[in-house]
Amino acid sequence: MERSEWPLWEIFIRSQHGLAHKHVGSLHAPDPEMAIKNARDVYTRRNEGVSIWAVRSADVTATAPGEKGPLFEPANSKIYRHPTFFPMPDEVKHI
Amino acid sequence: MTEDRRVFDYLLRLADSDLVLAQRLGEWVGHGPVLEEDIALTNVGLDLLGQARLWFAYAGEVEARFAEAGRSEDALAFLRDSGEFRNLLLVEQPNGNYADTMARQFYFDVWHQLLLVKLAHSRDSRIAEIAVKAEKEVVYHAERSADWIIRLGDGTDESHARIQAAIDDLWMYTGEMFDPDEIDTPLAEEGIGCDLRALEPAWREAVGSVLDEATLTLPGGTWMQRGGKKGVHTEHLGHMLATMQWLPRTYRGAEW
Repeated sequence: MERSEWPLWEIFIRSQHGLAHKHVGSLHAPDPEMAIKNARDVYTRRNEGVSIWAVRSADVTATAPGEKGPLFEPANSKIYRHPTFFPMPDEVKHI
Repeated sequence: MTEDRRVFDYLLRLADSDLVLAQRLGEWVGHGPVLEEDIALTNVGLDLLGQARLWFAYAGEVEARFAEAGRSEDALAFLRDSGEFRNLLLVEQPNGNYADTMARQFYFDVWHQLLLVKLAHSRDSRIAEIAVKAEKEVVYHAERSADWIIRLGDGTDESHARIQAAIDDLWMYTGEMFDPDEIDTPLAEEGIGCDLRALEPAWREAVGSVLDEATLTLPGGTWMQRGGKKGVHTEHLGHMLATMQWLPRTYRGAEW
């Protein structure tokens, strides 16, 4: 008998309104609806979220470790791009 | 039979069906077909256990009105024998394969949701409150089990054959859900309980439409097995209770 694995899904959860969805992990499921339901049971057992996204892992395009140099290093020397030259009020969260 | 005794028995029926099914689902811990399913199904079991506790706690309070003292949740769950259990025969049936477990769950979830929607309007405010809380969980249970029926039915030849067999085998335990007796009827008339007969058309329609989508056939058998509500159980309940009750009966008063 053929035994095929269910596809892998990447799960993103928004923990509260106003925040962005955050990657929390991955799981197996036969289709999108079951991926959402499994994510509900695996990742929101302790009331962690208000919204769930499921994306097939195969559909994620990722950077290759070898491209790290050309992609990210040029930004290192440009400190003027970082928002560190002005004070932030304490009340501003999630920056 | 006094009103309080009737309500007590009625609450035990609600509690016992939840507890026995929760215990059955607990037997799947570590044995689920995949990790995700293992977690999801036992979550459902935990929901049902939580609901059983609420019904038992209230049953104990009602018992104190006519007995010397009301029993605790633990005493009701772990120190009664199978003849005193009032759960539906359906929920004590063994787990079998995953199709058997899902068919049992599906039949029960659809009924459970319809029942709780009615009990949410009970004239007994405690029953109404517990039903409202439980119904939110059970809506999800019913969606999940329907999803599985459709996927197994409309899946491979083998999954189709297995789920159809499970649906057929368990059918004879569904009649009891709509069969009111001398406890159900007066409580329904007083607006405390629920008219079980009135649930049947909606249940058949909901079950039928899911089976339809799943390319499965609604069984037509009319002979139904009964007795759970009176404490007359299939041979499976005693074995299950022996496992479930062994620790608290062997080590009285044991604590974590």
